[in-house]
Amino acid sequence: MRDLPSRIIVFFRRNWYLAIIGLLILLWLAGRYRESPLLFWQFIVDGLRLGFVYALIALGYTMVYGIVRLINFAHGDVFMVGSYTAYFATTRYQWGFLPAMALAVGVCAFLGVVIERVAYKPLRDAPRIAALITAIGVSFFLEYFTALDFVFTPNFINYTPLPLKITTWEVRGITFSNIMLLIIAVTTACLVLLWYIVYRTKLGKAMRAVAWDKETALLMGINVDLVITSTFAIGSGLAGIGGMLYVLAYPQIRTFLGVMPGLKAFIAAVFGGIGSIPGALIGSLVIGMVEMLAQGYLSSPMRDAIVFSVLIIVLLYRPTGLFGEAAREKA
Amino acid sequence: MTALLEVNDLHVFYGAIHALQGISFHMDEGEIVTLIGANGAGKSTTLKTISGLLRPRQGNILFQDRDLTKVSAPKIVSLGIVHVPEGRKIFAPLTVRENLEMGAYSRSDAKEIRASMQQVFASFPRLQERLSQPGGTLSGGEQQMLAMGRGLMANPKLLLLDEPSMGLAPLLVEEIFRIIVEINAQGTSILLVEQNAAMALSIADRAYVLETGTVALEGPAAELLENPQVKAAYLGR
Repeated sequence: MRDLPSRIIVFFRRNWYLAIIGLLILLWLAGRYRESPLLFWQFIVDGLRLGFVYALIALGYTMVYGIVRLINFAHGDVFMVGSYTAYFATTRYQWGFLPAMALAVGVCAFLGVVIERVAYKPLRDAPRIAALITAIGVSFFLEYFTALDFVFTPNFINYTPLPLKITTWEVRGITFSNIMLLIIAVTTACLVLLWYIVYRTKLGKAMRAVAWDKETALLMGINVDLVITSTFAIGSGLAGIGGMLYVLAYPQIRTFLGVMPGLKAFIAAVFGGIGSIPGALIGSLVIGMVEMLAQGYLSSPMRDAIVFSVLIIVLLYRPTGLFGEAAREKA
Repeated sequence: MTALLEVNDLHVFYGAIHALQGISFHMDEGEIVTLIGANGAGKSTTLKTISGLLRPRQGNILFQDRDLTKVSAPKIVSLGIVHVPEGRKIFAPLTVRENLEMGAYSRSDAKEIRASMQQVFASFPRLQERLSQPGGTLSGGEQQMLAMGRGLMANPKLLLLDEPSMGLAPLLVEEIFRIIVEINAQGTSILLVEQNAAMALSIADRAYVLETGTVALEGPAAELLENPQVKAAYLGR
């Protein structure tokens, strides 16, 4: 295993035209930076805000993929349910911020577990494409079912009033908001908690064991089904928190809300290396910043085009992403 | 005295392939019993069926008079049967310590688990030196020790060992077999599956020879070691 810098050098030597394109983009960005450093840093800060929300979604993609090798395309819609839960809790029922977040976590974790039990578990030994198509089906089901009149209705909802007052302040001309700090603080806390669970608790160790080899995990007496269910619960709960934070930053809610953030977070997870928890964080921050830079310097529609191009490039040149596991050795 | 383990007329299929065609054998407490036979004779399949990874279509497995064929694999571990699989199957990204902890997954008393870990270190001192290393970085012999140590962490009454000598240098094979005898002396019964029939028969109390999913021969290991048929087919002399 070579160290990271030398691997990067080897990668770009092999794909020199990518290096040239990358350099051109950096030069172009540098030019823009010299025009107005302030604007550049503002985009970076906005990108980080978005990236930290993506991270909460990407973690769920990556954890579920790590353990059952399934891209759970319904994950973005679980995120959407988290947004609605937080909205109803804080507006109609006047719950406080933390209770509403706890409710969003609970509702989403429960939904994730139900989806796993009903849609994915019966297909665990089926070809992977079957589960993947099922995941897309579950995603459509959630989007259209929740758009029914007796559920969330198909209408846009403006999230007003927000459960907390937005305050912004400027530091050397760059605007920060308390929502951004909240997003960063909550995401960081979730990451620390997740790290603790995965590396320090019996459940987390069992999750890693099951991710590596389910059959041997069974031979250790590990209840594999329970571990998989817990993984879905944790990943979906994080998406619930993400859903709540996302609508604080972008306070417009509808049932297709989860599609784009879901896809972007998926791209972030692939970019970071699907299955890797640090990869999900780094990938999300990079994708968030790329998106905001593209929107700021090019145009709003271009931001999606650019981000999806990132997916194509990653899949073409480095399908395992930044921190992805290499083809693993089986003794 | 009733048998510790009793396997009666076991039939197991892989799809349409009739892998076990009515295998019966028994083990008493404290014994080392070995199953020998060629590749594909059904040795590993027998172990996987006992540990609950495979389900028989017919027949039963009695462990201390309890039928295991309806019991889930994790539950079988907590009843006291641990299967150390062929190819060691270490959790490569987990550290040696975490691998051992996973072995004790079915137990909850932290103090007893620590005691078991000390026992494992006594049998395999090399594991103690490598505690915080990922399991995947160990050598083949060390991985086999880790796999056995991990199995012992469940404090089993019966240890199923599948090909513990596979791919190891002769000196290491000797060491592994010495440790197997040691583990047995401490009261754990052992069901051993081996290609290395000479080695297996030299430490076992009794043996069964499997051929294409049936028991072809059985008897005390010392007798089978002298049996002309066994000598010709499995001992290569």
